[in-house]
Amino acid sequence: MKVLVPVKRVIDYNVKARVKSDQTGVDLANVKMSMNPFCEIAVEEAVRMQEKGVATEVVIVSVGPLQAQETIRTGLAMGGDRGILIQTDADPEPLEVAKLLAAVVKAEEPKLILMGKQAIDGDNNAVGQMLSALLGWPQATFASKVEVSGETVKVTREVDGGLQTLELDLPAVVTADLRLNEPRYASLPNIMKAKRKTIDIKTPDDFGGLAAGHLKVVRVTEPPKRTAGVKVENAAELVAKLKTEAGVI
Amino acid sequence: MAVLVVADHDNAELKDTTAKTVTAALALSPDVDVLVAGKGIAGVAAEAAKLSGVRKVLSAESDALGAHIAEALSGLIVPLMANYDAVLTPATNVGKNFAPRIAALLDVAPLSDVQQIVDPSTFVRPIYAGNALETVSSDDAKKVITVRATAFKAAEHGGSAPVEAVDPGPGAPHTRFVSEEIVKSDRPELAGAKIVVSGGRAMGSAEEFHRVIEPLADKLGAAVGASRAAVDAGYAPNDYQVGQTGKVVAPQLYLAIGISGAIQHLAGMKDSKVIVAINKDADAPIFQVADYGLVSDYKTAVPELMAALTAAGK
Repeated sequence: MKVLVPVKRVIDYNVKARVKSDQTGVDLANVKMSMNPFCEIAVEEAVRMQEKGVATEVVIVSVGPLQAQETIRTGLAMGGDRGILIQTDADPEPLEVAKLLAAVVKAEEPKLILMGKQAIDGDNNAVGQMLSALLGWPQATFASKVEVSGETVKVTREVDGGLQTLELDLPAVVTADLRLNEPRYASLPNIMKAKRKTIDIKTPDDFGGLAAGHLKVVRVTEPPKRTAGVKVENAAELVAKLKTEAGVI
Repeated sequence: MAVLVVADHDNAELKDTTAKTVTAALALSPDVDVLVAGKGIAGVAAEAAKLSGVRKVLSAESDALGAHIAEALSGLIVPLMANYDAVLTPATNVGKNFAPRIAALLDVAPLSDVQQIVDPSTFVRPIYAGNALETVSSDDAKKVITVRATAFKAAEHGGSAPVEAVDPGPGAPHTRFVSEEIVKSDRPELAGAKIVVSGGRAMGSAEEFHRVIEPLADKLGAAVGASRAAVDAGYAPNDYQVGQTGKVVAPQLYLAIGISGAIQHLAGMKDSKVIVAINKDADAPIFQVADYGLVSDYKTAVPELMAALTAAGK
């Protein structure tokens, strides 16, 4: 079974995003970039499937600038077999990314697409669902457990109030939530080995072209700041203030 | 231009998030219909019909809709969109699951987690875990919007809209519901609670979390929340998680017990009206957003707080 794992290069999880003073976006110059954490979880799951003999090939694909090769390379060091970069300096919207990925799926014919539930930059939480809809494949988002058996995959999902388990016919799209697994750190030998793995550099035109976006960013601003209040000495003072000053209990 | 609100419910009860989404929808159009899609949902549809400002309630029933399966929901809603210029649903796990599918099938850009409607084509939404707010305008003829319900007031009761049954659509031929484990609780629901008591990693164990956080929550009639650290450590179930990757809450009172205040947690609770932090580390970032801070070990502070609440007649 071939598994396709789309990944995104984003601002590192530990870096605080800063809004540019001209309000055109978030300042990404000289900021550490990494693989989106949810994508990392998806790569890990695919590699584990390969280790168990469930997956035969793990292909990592990214839509992004030339530097997204490094992100793909990270996935190859974790255990992916080869990579595809659809190189663009545009920052395509989820719908356009989903269309490019749908074209990659037509060419690669994977049986399972494993991807992160959302990217931590745009926080849209949309590409997996859109890709599933465009392909007409079943979907299971927010996965915390994925078990492939034969022509189906059973997915336990994090839903409002608990967990839901679905069974999907393959081919299918599954998006990873935080608790699916803990991604490994690539070992040095595997990092070295990943340097020799193939990354095909393609353009959007190889996959039907990149359509114009539908949205216009008017401005990006900082959220209103909360300021620190007062320190209280003890619980009794706290209760008194909540009752009389704040009026919330 | 008419708009459609897809109701949030568990087949038994209409969630408050629906009333809040109706308010958001009324900012786009005076003609707001509500779709209740599920199984055994006559009661939910009747509740939705009582929301002020609702023109009509559509109800659709099937097993797949009862399990909130995304393919069944999008298969039902996409044809209905011939009559609507926008569809809105709360940004719950159900809403986030099906809304982007509708957008893809209509060939439009989804608008996720909208917290403010500037005008019918301009929206404000959080990005980068709430560290930035993006104002976007959409030129799509039809809009697909998930709404951050805590940012909108609930529509009042007092309406009496007609309920009309509609065809449930094609279902989900390649997706089967297997099982669910929903945690039943007598406490208010986290996303809509007036008071939330959350515990963090400082609790140290699931037993301690239950022993300390739950009695305090019950005394205040509060919902229970947790930081990601506490959930990851297994002290609390995953649906307790408050934060950018968990639930976004905006109660009247938020009590953070033994929570340091990581950016991703703050993103989920910083819109609360009053924030109280109890933490033994005076430098914990949670104090920078807390209206009232108590620098103390929760082991002494929570029993004292319980006693003070009893003394205050709680």
